[in-house]
Amino acid sequence: MLKKSSFILTFVVSLAILAGSALAAPPIKIGGLFAVTGPASFLGEPERNTAQMVVNEINAAGGVKGRKLELIAYDTQGDATKAVQAANRLIKEDKVVAIIGPSTTGDTMAVIPVVEKAKIPMISCAAGSKITEPVKKWIFKTAQNDGLAVARIYGDLKRKNISKVAILTVSDGFGSSGREQLKAQARAYGIQIVSDDTYGPKDTDMTAQLTKIKGSGAQAVICWGTNPGPAVVSRNAKQLGLKLPLYMSHGVSSKKFIGLAGDAAEGILLPSGRVIVADLLSNSDRQKKSLLAFVKDYQKHYKAEGDHFGGHAWDAIMLLKGAIERGGDNPAAIRDQLERTRGFAGIGGVFSYSPSDHAGLTKDAFVLVEIRKQDFALVK
Amino acid sequence: MTKSRSFLKHEMVKFILFTILILFLPLAFKGGYLLNVFVFVGIHTLLAVALNLLLGYAGQISLGHAAFFGLGAYASGILTATHGQNPWLAMAVVAAAVGTLAFIIGFPILKLKGHYLAMATLGFGIIVYIAFNEAVELTGGPSGFSGIPNLSLGGVSFDTDFKNYYLIWGMTLVTILLSLNLVNSRIGRGLRAIHDSEVAARVMGVNVRFLKVQIFALSAVISSIAGSLYAHTMTFVSPTSFGFNFSVELVTMVIIGGLGSIYGSFLGAALLTLLPEILRAFQDYDIVVYGLLLIFMTMFMPGGLVRGIPALVGRIVMRSGAGSKADA
Repeated sequence: MLKKSSFILTFVVSLAILAGSALAAPPIKIGGLFAVTGPASFLGEPERNTAQMVVNEINAAGGVKGRKLELIAYDTQGDATKAVQAANRLIKEDKVVAIIGPSTTGDTMAVIPVVEKAKIPMISCAAGSKITEPVKKWIFKTAQNDGLAVARIYGDLKRKNISKVAILTVSDGFGSSGREQLKAQARAYGIQIVSDDTYGPKDTDMTAQLTKIKGSGAQAVICWGTNPGPAVVSRNAKQLGLKLPLYMSHGVSSKKFIGLAGDAAEGILLPSGRVIVADLLSNSDRQKKSLLAFVKDYQKHYKAEGDHFGGHAWDAIMLLKGAIERGGDNPAAIRDQLERTRGFAGIGGVFSYSPSDHAGLTKDAFVLVEIRKQDFALVK
Repeated sequence: MTKSRSFLKHEMVKFILFTILILFLPLAFKGGYLLNVFVFVGIHTLLAVALNLLLGYAGQISLGHAAFFGLGAYASGILTATHGQNPWLAMAVVAAAVGTLAFIIGFPILKLKGHYLAMATLGFGIIVYIAFNEAVELTGGPSGFSGIPNLSLGGVSFDTDFKNYYLIWGMTLVTILLSLNLVNSRIGRGLRAIHDSEVAARVMGVNVRFLKVQIFALSAVISSIAGSLYAHTMTFVSPTSFGFNFSVELVTMVIIGGLGSIYGSFLGAALLTLLPEILRAFQDYDIVVYGLLLIFMTMFMPGGLVRGIPALVGRIVMRSGAGSKADA
C-alpha cells in the first residue's frame, strides 16, 4: 500500500507540475506497455515504476530540449491479445512517438507486427533473443540475452578447467531458453553436459534430480530458474552434501534469493547485471554513476531495492531521451538516432546499437558474483 | 402456423437491423483504435455464440472452451507458417479435426453433469494449455509463435483493421444467422428440453446423449474457426491467450450477456472486450471497478444485459412518465 500511495503522490505532483507548465510547448508522448498484473508482474511493476520515476525526474530537470515528456503506460497483463489492443491504442489514439516495453518476450513478439506497420520505434524490456534476431527495423531491446549469461558461466568453468557439468532447468519460458543456450554453447567452451534435467516451476523438492546428478560424474551444477525453485535446489544440495560448485542464472540476482535460500546460498556463483553490486564496483567502471543514481532514486521513491528489471525500463527511457535530444521527436528520426547510439553506459550494460545489432550488449554486461556472508561479492 | 411465421419475420427484422448496425459501425470510429477493439469484439462474439449454444441452450457448462479456440489458432498458424498450406483450406481442415476431437471426447465427458462436467472440461483445457507451452519445437513454447500470414481472397490481403473488421464480422453474422435458425428449429427445442429436464426430454423422444455431443462438437468447430481468424489477424499466437482465465472470461461473457440469447452473446462479448479499455482511466484500480461492475450486473440483471437493459429502460420511461404527470 505504501508503494501505491507514493506512486499516487508522485503522480499528483507530476500532474501539478504539468498543469503549471500548460502554457509551454506540448509534451512529447511516450507509450509504455508493462505486464503490471498477471504472472509476469514481477517484471512489469518495477519497470512501470521506474519508467514513471525517470520521466518525472527528467521533467523536473527541465525536460528534453525544453519540452516535457509524458508517459502513457498501459497494463498488458502478460496477455498477447491485450498487448496488441494497448499498442493499437498508444499508436492510433494517444499518438505516441515511441514505445517502451512490453515486459515479456511473448507480448513483444505479438506487438511487433503492429508497431512495424505503424513505423514507431519500440524498445522492448524482454530478454528473448528472437526479438532482435533477425534485426527488425523499428525494434530495439535493453534486456540482456540469456546467451550472454551462459557465456559468463562457461568462461568461468573453462578458467577453472571444469569440463563436465550437470544442468537443471525450470520448465518454463526462462528455463527453456536457458537450456537451449547452455546446450548450444557447450561445444565452443569444450564443455560436456553429462546430465540434463528439468523441474516444474512449482516443485518443492529437487532431491531426485540432485541425487541423479551426484552419481553422474559432473564437476559442477548449473541451475536455471527464477525464484523460488533455485532456492529449493540450493537447500536440497546442501542436505545431500553435494560438494560441487553450484552456478545459478541471472534469474535470481536479487537479495530475495539469499533470503529464500538462507545458509545454503553461501558460495553459490551467478552471472548478474551490475545493479546488485553497484557500490562494490571500482570507480573506473563506466556504469557506476548510472547504477548508483538508479538504486538511490528507487529506494527513495518506492522504499524497495531497485532490481535489474526496473533497470531495463531506466535504460529504455534514457536511450530515448538521448535519441530525442540528438534528432528531435519525429518517430523516424528517433529510430535513426537510437541505431546510432554508441557506448551508452546504463543499468543493463554499455549499449552500442548498429544497423546489424539492435540488442546492443556484449557479455561484459554480466559480472560474475559469489554469495558470501549473505551478500553478493564480485568475483574477479 | 401464422404465429410461428410472424415470429420468424420478427427474428429476420432483428437480424437485418443488427447487420446494418455492424456494417456502418466503423464510420463512427474514423479509423481510430476502437476499430481494432471491435475486430476482437467480433472474434469474441463468435466464441460467445458458440459457448451459448452449449451453455445457454443445452445447459452444459464448459470451462475448457479456450482450448478449442487455441487449437484452431495454433493448428492454423503451424499449417500456414511452417508448412505453407493455403490458409482457407487449413481453417476448414483444422475446424473439422477439432470438431472430430470434440465429438470423441464429448461422449465420455458429457455423461457427467454439473460440477463434474465443469471439472472434466477444465481438465481438458489445462492439458491443451500445457501442450502449447511444452511442445516448444512445434508451438514455440511460452514465448509464442510468430510469422503467421494474413488471410487473402482474390488478391486482396486482409492486412488492415478495416478489412479484418468486415472479414470477421461477415463470418460472425453468418454464424449468428445459422445459430438463430438452429435454436428456432426442432433441434433448438430439443436442446431447451435437455436444459430443463433430461429425463423429460428423453421421454419426449429426444436422443439426449447424441444431441449433447453434437452441439458440443458444433460449438468446438465454431470456436476453432474463431481461433483461425484470430491467428491470421494477430499474425502471432502465444499460450497465455488460451489459458483457464480466458475460458472463464468466455463463460462470463455468455452469462453477463444473457443465457440462451444470441444477441446477448454479442452484448456480453462487446462489454467484456470494451470495459477494460474504458476502465483504463482508473489506472491501478481498474480491476476493482471491473469486478464491482460485474457483481452489480449479475445482482440487478440476473437475466443478463439482453433482458436487463430493456427492463431498465422500461422502468426509467415509466418513472419519467409518472414524474411528468405529477408535475402537470
